[in-house]
Amino acid sequence: MSGTPKLIHQARWNEPVVMEMGVKGRRGIVFPKAEGDAAALVPAGMRRRSAPALPEMTEHDVLRHYLHLSQQVLGMMGVSLFGTCTMKYNPRVSEALGLRPQMAELHPLQDDSTLQGLLEIVHRFDLILRELSGMDQFVFQAAGGADAAYTHTCVTRGYFAAKGELEQRNEIITSIQAHPCNPATAATAGFKVVTLMLEENGYPSIEALKAALSNRTAALMINNPDDMGVYNPQIAEWVKLVKQAGGLAFYDHANFNGVMGRIRARELGFDACMFMLHKTFGGPKGGGGPAVGAYGCSAELAPFLPKPIVVKDEATGLYRMDHDRPDSVGKVREFLGNLHIVMRAYAWARAMGADGIKEAADIAVLANNYMEKRLLAIPGVARSNPEAKTWRMEMTRYGLGPLKEETGLGVIEVGNRMTDYGIDAPWLSHEPWVVAEPFTPEAGELWSKEDIDLWCDVLAKVCDEARSDPEMVRTAPHNAPIGRVDSEAPEDPARWATTWRAWLRKRAALAQQAAE
Amino acid sequence: MTAHPWMANSVPAIKEAMLKEIGAPSIEALFEQIPDSHRTKHDFALPPALRSEVELRRHMLQLLAKNRSCEENLSFLGAGIWQHHVPAIVDEVAGRSEFLTSVWGTAMSDHGRNQAWFEFCSQLGELVACDFVGLPVYSWGCAAGNAIRLASRLNGRRRVLVPAWMDPERLAVIRQYCEPEGMASHIAVVTVAQDAATGLLDLADLRAKMSDGVTAVYFENPSFLGLIETQGEAIAQIAHQAGAQVIVGVDPISLGVLAPPPDYGADIVVGTTQTLGAHMSAGGGAGGFIASRDEERYAREYPTLNISITTTRNPGEHGFALSLAHQSSYGMREQGKDWTGNSVYLTAIANAVYMSLMGPEGFRELGELVLARSHAAAKRIASVPGISVRWGGGFFREFVVDFNATGKTVAVVNKALLAKGIFGGKDLSADIPALGQSALYAVTEIHSAEDIERLALALEEIVR
Repeated sequence: MSGTPKLIHQARWNEPVVMEMGVKGRRGIVFPKAEGDAAALVPAGMRRRSAPALPEMTEHDVLRHYLHLSQQVLGMMGVSLFGTCTMKYNPRVSEALGLRPQMAELHPLQDDSTLQGLLEIVHRFDLILRELSGMDQFVFQAAGGADAAYTHTCVTRGYFAAKGELEQRNEIITSIQAHPCNPATAATAGFKVVTLMLEENGYPSIEALKAALSNRTAALMINNPDDMGVYNPQIAEWVKLVKQAGGLAFYDHANFNGVMGRIRARELGFDACMFMLHKTFGGPKGGGGPAVGAYGCSAELAPFLPKPIVVKDEATGLYRMDHDRPDSVGKVREFLGNLHIVMRAYAWARAMGADGIKEAADIAVLANNYMEKRLLAIPGVARSNPEAKTWRMEMTRYGLGPLKEETGLGVIEVGNRMTDYGIDAPWLSHEPWVVAEPFTPEAGELWSKEDIDLWCDVLAKVCDEARSDPEMVRTAPHNAPIGRVDSEAPEDPARWATTWRAWLRKRAALAQQAAE
Repeated sequence: MTAHPWMANSVPAIKEAMLKEIGAPSIEALFEQIPDSHRTKHDFALPPALRSEVELRRHMLQLLAKNRSCEENLSFLGAGIWQHHVPAIVDEVAGRSEFLTSVWGTAMSDHGRNQAWFEFCSQLGELVACDFVGLPVYSWGCAAGNAIRLASRLNGRRRVLVPAWMDPERLAVIRQYCEPEGMASHIAVVTVAQDAATGLLDLADLRAKMSDGVTAVYFENPSFLGLIETQGEAIAQIAHQAGAQVIVGVDPISLGVLAPPPDYGADIVVGTTQTLGAHMSAGGGAGGFIASRDEERYAREYPTLNISITTTRNPGEHGFALSLAHQSSYGMREQGKDWTGNSVYLTAIANAVYMSLMGPEGFRELGELVLARSHAAAKRIASVPGISVRWGGGFFREFVVDFNATGKTVAVVNKALLAKGIFGGKDLSADIPALGQSALYAVTEIHSAEDIERLALALEEIVR
């Protein structure tokens, strides 16, 4: 099926930077006047000498400014098949629940007796994740998927320190297609990173793994399927080999959406795994958090988990935070984590149920293979692992290498032009690129067949435009709030400016230079 | 089964149409890559599905109703998460679907979000008087940990000095980021004593522990115990003479009245973003930031994502693009600066709205109100027979209430307060044994004079 995509036009408010707005003396919010000479309560020398140069605006003007900004965000307002991030519907019922005082106005240091509902939600959701993964205990302290990978490196340190092998086991093995957070958190935790390269079939060979394993191996950190939709059929053997070498096996379940309800990490032999509640479990992206990386592990590793752990006293039915965990590695972040996101994930899991979760995986994999058929029919599009004959999992990596060779225009230009049709620019690939001009769409269970068709039609249309009107595609987008940005200045120390005050200073310096 | 409201293709006819289009015999066939031996035989025993919003909402409300919030009770808890007023339009903007659901996009198509991020950094930069501000990190503790590691990369040293009376939560995170002993790249965390008379850093102990092996001194303003550290300049001088960096942790909500850390010598400023318009959410409101001078050697060590103002192909137009992204783990994997991932970017938009509303006068007014209310509260509490306030002045928002002379433990007092609908201050007895039975009380603009009186009367009754 194919239609004729229509151009859209995003809002263009020409909105000034907030630092330029307002008038001296205007107020956005006022407070009761302090009783007495409050300024005198600040010790001499510690009083602020000059007021911060913040805007002075009315409440209404602040509201309009940020509403204008919100209207200049395409994101999920069109169609966003943003691969590796599993775009889902974020149920607004949970957003409303999140603002209720019994969620929003809770302090983490309140007495356990006053947090029974929240602790019950955490415990119930822990049980759901245990059921889905086979693990024995989950914690939610990690504030994102990468932070959960970091949690694993911390637990790994604790585990080997207890065995007296920490100094010896100083290597963590991963593969070149694993998310960068795996090698990066391993390195931050002080481990040496060993990276395995891919073979023709899309995953590293058993021989490469065997060569990397030794009595220095602390852990394997790996995802499966990978971002190309390739499932490593040898993964159980991998885990066995890592265990035989004395290492721990960590399953980065970032790509859980295609396998949920069909496999369980623990049954494959993994010691630990991680789920992203802000993707697989319906939490909102928020442009990058607040998020949760739910980290689960075996009973053997559980004593080393960050604390506290939420436990249920079966005798009384009451819930409490267990801080008395002498082998715990301590904390990866303050308090218990983004429990308002755990609340949303629990609500999502309840609304889906076991059947719904499996159906979501079914639909995600079906939609991806449907999409693959449509995309490979577009001249200029290539596919990773082109010789693979099997159906892919929930996403596939493609490349616009052929189009680039033909037209000189690649995935950046094409992605920008797609936004002119209301399509969120596709995710490309993490570094390093193993496919030329990569892009990675993922339809998941949210997007309709019509949405997927539109996405494919737009890509086909833009590939045509790259041939018929390359200059127009090269200079895209044309219907966005602003024109294409200069991305060189942000890399130049004389011109980058992450704040308005830096920009004012550098602009003045450059103007003076020009004058001289 | 009825189609699920969140799954467009759960209509059977659509599944069949897609299967037909690709020529697959069944959905199950599409999973051929997973070997049989990998497939679970497990029968998933999840709780029954609540597909209808009406049932789901009812269930969730029943669970949430078991919580007792700081809104219907009177809370004096602080110590890392604080109850400040969240203006209504902050929720309105942070709840906008466009911001709520955006994921990555481009600098053009998600221009509004990028601008809001830049405005977060720009306004925070004014409060902390720093030209370079990264996009937020997970929390204050994580920001401090990142900053110490940044300092260590700058000067190659592996020892950091921190105050002895630090927030145990933040200190635990810092220790994690500094790696345990036994790791080759371990950074030793050494505590510096605090003066029992003033509560401030003991400069003699600082001098004794300072050496050319120290990467940085980290201290906070206000300190964990609420005190305004007045010796910042002297601390910075001692550190700089030894070639160490000065990292100061702040709560920016205090900076309408307190001097920004670079005024007394800070090289790197970190702190919380929670107080700038984020609900406490049982700790989910936590967020952190890292800021410094805009010097290339600092900027090139930031582990954060950064957003820079830039020009566009339209003359006179601003855009906002990622800056120095390649040095992150996205660009360089294990060679990157620590790691980068999801953080608290939606909270940053809430923070931006909050700072725009506040303006310079709002921050001053709020700061003075918090000073006045917290000092008045300390004075009133200290008037209760048997109860004293450890340091009666020179604090912002938080102060230490000393119950030693009452013969009652903080645990007992707090339990009695709880029965009266009051959440007493954080019990310090386990974390700082030197203070005996003491608690950390937080008083902000949300507390009225009547609230303080209610607390004082309750305490009078309890310790009598």
